[in-house]
Amino acid sequence: MYSRCLKIAFLTTAGCLLLTSCQREQRNLQPAPTRLAIYGDAARQSTLRPGGPVGREVVVNNPYNATAYDISEGKRLFDWFNCSGCHADGGGGIGPPLIKDHWIYGGEPANLFDTIVKGRPNGMPSWGGRIPEYQVWQIVAYVRSMNGLQPTSATSARPDTLESNPHNLQNRTSGVTK
Amino acid sequence: MTRLHLVWTILCLAILSSCAGHQQSAIDPAGPQSGKIAALWWGFFWLLAVIFAIVMAVMLITLMRRPPSAIENRPPEQAESGLKRTVTAATVITVLLLFVLLIVSVKTGKATADLGKQSSLLTIEVTGNQWWWQFRYMNSDASRILTTANEIHIPVGQPVLIQGRSNDVIHSFWVPNLQGKRDLIPSRVTTEYLQVDNPGVYRGQCSEFCGLQHAHMAFYVIAEPKDKFNAWMQAQLQPAPAPTDPVLEHGRRVFLNYQCIYCHQIRGTTAAGQNGPDLTHFASRRSLAAGVLPNTIGNLGGWIVNPQRIKPGTHMATIAVAPNDLQPLLQYLESLK
Repeated sequence: MYSRCLKIAFLTTAGCLLLTSCQREQRNLQPAPTRLAIYGDAARQSTLRPGGPVGREVVVNNPYNATAYDISEGKRLFDWFNCSGCHADGGGGIGPPLIKDHWIYGGEPANLFDTIVKGRPNGMPSWGGRIPEYQVWQIVAYVRSMNGLQPTSATSARPDTLESNPHNLQNRTSGVTK
Repeated sequence: MTRLHLVWTILCLAILSSCAGHQQSAIDPAGPQSGKIAALWWGFFWLLAVIFAIVMAVMLITLMRRPPSAIENRPPEQAESGLKRTVTAATVITVLLLFVLLIVSVKTGKATADLGKQSSLLTIEVTGNQWWWQFRYMNSDASRILTTANEIHIPVGQPVLIQGRSNDVIHSFWVPNLQGKRDLIPSRVTTEYLQVDNPGVYRGQCSEFCGLQHAHMAFYVIAEPKDKFNAWMQAQLQPAPAPTDPVLEHGRRVFLNYQCIYCHQIRGTTAAGQNGPDLTHFASRRSLAAGVLPNTIGNLGGWIVNPQRIKPGTHMATIAVAPNDLQPLLQYLESLK
């Protein structure tokens, strides 16, 4: 009896000590309002290849890539700057859908940053210089999260977007609204 | 022992009395609704103070009294029968008192929630945001709907209807001197009446935890005579004046060319953002960043250059204002009386 109590006490203490090594996600509240100046010229106007080449290689890493805070900030800004006006909560309408795993101008963070900053032919406005750079990166993080390209631990389990995760679609019973 | 108690009581009362006359205190009422709440507070205070004194006195007497040996020698059933009567009486009195308090507080709640039949009311729509307040003075004439932020003016002696909404999470509208709390709930409208009889400045505060800067979400209510209020309203309805000198003109250009316009509105210019506070008459307000700092040109400069230092987590964007653009921008904003 006594040794069992001792064992439980030991395990509890060890568990508590292990917990202290857990790291809390850090929120970066002090963004640098500088410009990285990677976006160069405006998007190319061309019938065959509008917008310019689609590079798969990562030029610059999104400094606001993985944290839940930045994704949720991106979600707020997506709403504030009326992205839904054309992309309709990611489902698309006037603009292309964002929940589909197909990117016209590339889906890497640097591609999306480029798309938002320069704008694209046929309607996507250029946001370069109109919203701070760190907010563009936060929107990039959120847009990628719609496609399941961000860690699930950082993404909202009940997003406002239309559902893109096939696993969730399969599990949904007909007649039951989410 | 008793002398020490007396000293403590006097000290506590002295501290309490210093609350009076403050611009954020529920026991310094400035209107009929808060008057009822304050009366309820004092009723509770004195009743519970008397009960506390009686309980303490009984306890002290019991502790100090030498137990009579007769009780110890009695059989336990006999000893308990005397106690039983006392415990039953105390329980009945407690339950009755709690019922009385319940009835009184429900009555006060009903009385403060109702103004009877009022035909035309000044209606102010309050929208809670993380972490600031939007106020809209409703009017059947759409051109006379006034949108402002973090500060409301109301006429004295006239009931006002507060319609509460929220854009994000649950907030709570609370001006302790004027009314009780009213939650602002997303996708719902909550209402509350208030009336101010004493002109003055009263501070309000969000009283439902709403995130990082909950504590820095305050606003001011300025109650003034009817004619003064009408003059204020008329001034606020005007669009922002056009800049008169080149520095202010430069400042306005800075405002319109930087990222400010995506969130802020200045009526009379092309800036029409709706995500942040309306700045049309920004310089007429007492505070900036929802009651965090007094509205001075220096504080405004600090706020624009690094809002995250003043209010960590705020949704005000950190933007890079060029050094020679900052002063004209500040002068322009401070000219928006």
